[in-house]
Amino acid sequence: MTFHAFLIKYAEIALKGKNRYLFEDALVKQIRISLSKIEGEFEVKKDQGRIYVYCPEEYDFDEAVEALQRVFGIVGICPVAIFEDNGFEQMSKDVVEFMKNRHPNFSGSFKVYTRRAKKNYPIPSMEVSADLGGCILKEFPESHVDVHTPELTLSVEIRDKIYVYSETIKGAGGMPIGTSGKAMLLLSGGIDSPVAGYMIAKRGVKIDAVYFHAPPYTSERAKQKVVDLARLVAKYSGPIRLHVVNFTDIQLYIYDQCPHEELTIIMRRYMMRIAEHFAKKTGCLGLITGESIGQVASQTLHSLNATNEVCELPVYRPVIGFDKQEIVEISRKIDTFETSIQPFEDCCTIFVAKHPVTKPNLKVIRKSEENLAEKIEELMKTALETVEIIEVE
Amino acid sequence: MEAYLDNSATTRCYGEVKDIVVKTMLEDYGNPSAMHTKGVQAEMYLKDAASKLARILKVTEKEILFTSGGTESNNLALIGGAMANKRAGNHIITTAVEHAAVARPVEFLKEQGFDVTILPVDEQGVIKLDALEAALREDTILVSTMYVNNEVGSVMPVEKIAALVHEKSPKALYHVDAIQAFGKFRIYPKKAGIDLLSVSGHKIHGPKGVGFLYISSKAKVQPMILGGGQQNGMRSGTDNVPGIAGLGVAAEKIYTDLDKKVEHLYQLKERMAKGLEELGDVIINGMPLRQGAPQILSVSFMGIRSEVLLHTLEEKGIYISAGSACSSHKRKSSATLTAMGMPASQIECTVRISFSEENTFEEIDYCLDILKEIVPLLRRYSRR
Repeated sequence: MTFHAFLIKYAEIALKGKNRYLFEDALVKQIRISLSKIEGEFEVKKDQGRIYVYCPEEYDFDEAVEALQRVFGIVGICPVAIFEDNGFEQMSKDVVEFMKNRHPNFSGSFKVYTRRAKKNYPIPSMEVSADLGGCILKEFPESHVDVHTPELTLSVEIRDKIYVYSETIKGAGGMPIGTSGKAMLLLSGGIDSPVAGYMIAKRGVKIDAVYFHAPPYTSERAKQKVVDLARLVAKYSGPIRLHVVNFTDIQLYIYDQCPHEELTIIMRRYMMRIAEHFAKKTGCLGLITGESIGQVASQTLHSLNATNEVCELPVYRPVIGFDKQEIVEISRKIDTFETSIQPFEDCCTIFVAKHPVTKPNLKVIRKSEENLAEKIEELMKTALETVEIIEVE
Repeated sequence: MEAYLDNSATTRCYGEVKDIVVKTMLEDYGNPSAMHTKGVQAEMYLKDAASKLARILKVTEKEILFTSGGTESNNLALIGGAMANKRAGNHIITTAVEHAAVARPVEFLKEQGFDVTILPVDEQGVIKLDALEAALREDTILVSTMYVNNEVGSVMPVEKIAALVHEKSPKALYHVDAIQAFGKFRIYPKKAGIDLLSVSGHKIHGPKGVGFLYISSKAKVQPMILGGGQQNGMRSGTDNVPGIAGLGVAAEKIYTDLDKKVEHLYQLKERMAKGLEELGDVIINGMPLRQGAPQILSVSFMGIRSEVLLHTLEEKGIYISAGSACSSHKRKSSATLTAMGMPASQIECTVRISFSEENTFEEIDYCLDILKEIVPLLRRYSRR
């Protein structure tokens, strides 16, 4: 059976009162972007409080559903069959055909729910439902009607044509991208940060990213891996502007000047400063990290406190309370896992001390950073100026 | 300046190779199995390449089987060789320093129920003949060793191995992985007692995706790729005419003035080794320079992780390899270096520098100059 359209269901955004149309427009836009990446012609229309995706030409059903499943803000996707309006008798034949095709040998409980968008239709909705129910019962003698808790709801919408649907495919949920501002993701090559980016994007936030590159200690392939990860996140979040910052000289300078066990914390403080610089420059309203309490030495509450204090912008850490396994599950779901586990060293691990501090004392850390006074500003300036920007789609 | 010193990973194609590849793609593009003239024309390239290779090895053309490269040749020799001879016995011998393209098929055969012996090597990476002698049995059907080790350039005494094998295990086939040796050594399988010999095209300035397996007319090997029956049914699939033609041209060219080329390689290697020793805290691995393969130099820069050195050199246009290229995708300690008894702390500091006839002394000096500059710097920033 060919479906000629998809009815897009969105729950959360329907609650937003007067802003509703803004959210709907954002959703329509994101649906269009997502569908533009696959083969086929699609028409996305807002129509009397509903969003329909029409598929007038040939298309790949699975591919279209997958593209729609990547759009945040969609709760459900209903594949719709459309029939010409040639009177009730024809309608009942079409509906029975639909049932036979989609639910062969159906023997459970069902109800028919009719909506008349075309109010001048001669038969009232209730009556259409009842009559169609009768036709279905005749064809499926094992089934029965249950209007309260049916196993199957067959929806019929009477418009200029007759729209019939019975299934809802789960959507990604969340809010459409572009409805909640923009934030800067600190993207490493690991498992956590792409998941963190995905989770914030899911709330409608547009994402930019920053990656710290440390040649020759990290390789060109490690950088390519991060670009690949950004591309996978971008499938959900839309285009990502990736800032690649050469961090080597700053890192080596810290290595030279500061106690070795504090290296990671101090390094991360500089990463936050740099990320915030680009965040502010590009209008981001927050930073995003993949930190999760206690996962490594730099992610204890003490360490997070130490890295957090250098930022003015709020730092969002959506996986903060997640266990590794929970993060891994999401990364598998969004298909970043396989890329994340490629074995390239990232700049956080290259000089890591055998016993890094896990409870850094802020006063001590600030004191150590004073050792950097001579050259750090110049090194920061160079790092900011030599940033490489990659537009990832 | 650029210095490509990773020629054991792959080499640049000869210009003549490119020409014949283009010609067989644009002009003589027929399917060699076709009955018409276009097909016959294409078939000529296959015959010509086979005859060139046969002449170099002093074998017959029928004993050359074209493959998709070294890995397929090794797979076919091992799995096809074991399958065809399993009635004669169940025992297979190989060494601890083989390339994954031999080690993995051997592992597979072990899983299939074959009895496998893996021979140790000495600290230079060379097979221990007494261990081989002890391992050979009456039911040994296959012995597989490299000719030249791809990571450290050690050279195996293939003629001695062959003699032992045939004396102690008359039913056994002797397979040699000559992928790093072909084009550097004169190899005569019949004289040497080699039954199966694997060669790859892209290590000798030929195209990637092509190679061959020499199969002695006396050896039985079961085909693994079945289909239209090309190459006498030994390997089906439309023949890779451009690759095979390119392989023939490359082999012919690399064996022209071979002695001169090999001498040039040894001189490059010696110049590099001498310069490296002056740097201090550098260990040259494997056999003494002139005894090892002419194109491979394995070096440990103590205190510097090989990846870091590699990426630093890359910024200066110098390309080398950390371990062997094929194994650097996985983070695993090199089996070869481990088998040679090298400590882990040295393994992670070991790189391979590999030369081709196209390298110059200027390139070596450039590389040494850069190393003099960066080695002290890299040593300063190491993992504490």
